[in-house]
Amino acid sequence: MTQGVGDALSLAGTDVLDQATPAPPGPKAIRGRSPLSLAFDRLKRDRGAMLSLGIIILIALFAVFAPVVAHITGHPPNKQYRGLDALSALGQAHAPSSKFWFGTDDSGRDILVRIAYGARVSLTVGIGATLLTIVIGLIVGLIAGYYGGLVDGVLARIIDVVLSVPYLLFAIALVTVLGQINMWVVMVVIAFSGWASVARIIRGQVISMREREFVEAARSLGASNMRIIFIDILPNVIAPAIVFSTLLLPVSIVSEAALSYLGVGIPPPTADWGQMIAAAQNQYQIAWWYLFFPGLALLITTLAFNILGDGVRDAFDPRSDRIFAK
Amino acid sequence: MLRFLVRRIAQGILVLVLVTIAVYALFFAGSPRDIARRIAGRQATPEVVDRAYHRLGLDQPFYAQYRHFVWRLLHGDLGFDFYNGQPVTTVLKQAAPVTLSLAVGAAILWFILGVSTGVYSSVRPRSFIDRAFTASALFFYSIPVFVLGLTLIYFLFFRLTKAGHRWFPASGYVGLTTSVSQWALHLILPWLTLALISAAAYTRLSRSSMLEVLGEDYVRTARAKGLSEKRVILRHALRSALTPVVTQFGIDAASVIGGAILTETVFGLPGLGWESVHAIGNQNLPIIIGVVLISATAIVVANILVDMLYAVLDPRVRLS
Repeated sequence: MTQGVGDALSLAGTDVLDQATPAPPGPKAIRGRSPLSLAFDRLKRDRGAMLSLGIIILIALFAVFAPVVAHITGHPPNKQYRGLDALSALGQAHAPSSKFWFGTDDSGRDILVRIAYGARVSLTVGIGATLLTIVIGLIVGLIAGYYGGLVDGVLARIIDVVLSVPYLLFAIALVTVLGQINMWVVMVVIAFSGWASVARIIRGQVISMREREFVEAARSLGASNMRIIFIDILPNVIAPAIVFSTLLLPVSIVSEAALSYLGVGIPPPTADWGQMIAAAQNQYQIAWWYLFFPGLALLITTLAFNILGDGVRDAFDPRSDRIFAK
Repeated sequence: MLRFLVRRIAQGILVLVLVTIAVYALFFAGSPRDIARRIAGRQATPEVVDRAYHRLGLDQPFYAQYRHFVWRLLHGDLGFDFYNGQPVTTVLKQAAPVTLSLAVGAAILWFILGVSTGVYSSVRPRSFIDRAFTASALFFYSIPVFVLGLTLIYFLFFRLTKAGHRWFPASGYVGLTTSVSQWALHLILPWLTLALISAAAYTRLSRSSMLEVLGEDYVRTARAKGLSEKRVILRHALRSALTPVVTQFGIDAASVIGGAILTETVFGLPGLGWESVHAIGNQNLPIIIGVVLISATAIVVANILVDMLYAVLDPRVRLS
């Protein structure tokens, strides 16, 4: 997992905020449009991004209706089938068949159903961890950038410290210390390892904004610091925050899978893509489907989120280079 | 330059001091007995726990413990691995060359791969090859290290072996001093895995950086005075386009341990990453602490080097 948060963010570009100045209310005939709605319009015209969004929605539906998948196939996610149609005569995983569409694992469990349930974990942890990362990053970045001085000095050093330990290593260290692992712990661990990159970039933008006229104006009207930070400055960093979130999502999803793959993620028997890949590792030379389907699910998900993320970035900053040259 | 350097190094040292405090706060919180039990690792006998208790000076006040910890660090003592009954440095000294071999080889490969594809794409933007490069960059940027690693093993080891070709070993490490060819052979797949994934970001970065530079006036001037296209691109444009790429490279090369954790696990390479993953299972905290401290130092040093390199590459940057 070399694609850390830093990479995702460095690809985000930092000039996304320029369009974020509120549009002045025009005459009645012209509809005033916020930069956000302009960006969404641009995004809607991006075919690659829309296709990815469609795929993401399908994966989300697959996750939400995992029990339905289990019902249709008639196989609960953790039920271990022992018959000859589920395990080979040697007790090995069974290849895809009409009964088990994606085959079975070495315990005779239905891989298709487990991938559906795994999607729940992947998306919940991915989205939850990303939101948490952005919220912590935003708050720390806003406070450090706005107050400056000693507050900034302390927060900036904390950011440096977190950034000086590799993402995955930091997560491993945290998980070992915390001991008990569940979905919430994994979310917190991923967010805790990732917020610093977001905070550093937001901080830079807030510093450049701190002395601008609209902040001066708010201050001279007697607005409190909290009001200036959250009512006046925050809306101006919302655009980059949205861009970061979409670029961070695949990183969070891969991190969750990586932690599970290393055995420090969500514990079994909960179905989880990273865990399935780790378990497949010793069998896949004879049971390719065991690695192929969870790996493919993970790849399609991250690919779709990355294409969507590129589209979102382009929509908010039309000047930046797009990954797919048009 | 000198003043900047001194300030930058002082800042780096401050960060490292803070890292030791953070590590201490993270791993050495709780009652002394609990800490001793935790540090001694899973399945430690009461005697080992006692030894850990005394060695770590847990009967002393907190600040004395921390002073002790830092004092030992300054003497090159990263702690004691109670689980295996040897100093942490002994374990890490064996593991470091493996990670270094993996990282250096992969870094060279991904830099060449990434920059050459990026530059080629920028010279012929919107061409078929550009599209192919950017699409594969997106693919490799998205695929998780362990999925790519296992896929390579499947096709280049299992399938080839089945077909009667034993070209690439799938796991294990042979020391450079034992056999250079075996060393390289065992590292080809891990290098490829790590390099393909990391190169993706460089393809994108050098492509966009080159496109920007190629639009600048001095490039037009160089062309106007009749220089060959090759010279314009390689001598004039590439130099300044490389600045952001090199910056990123310095940072990535230092944090490669993150990717090495997964690559080493997939390929069974007994490096620093592999050691820390093994340490999780045994709850062998001293090893994890050691790897955290080593990689934090590497990243801090690399950040300082990158800042200096930045000034050397780009004369417009003034260090102050």
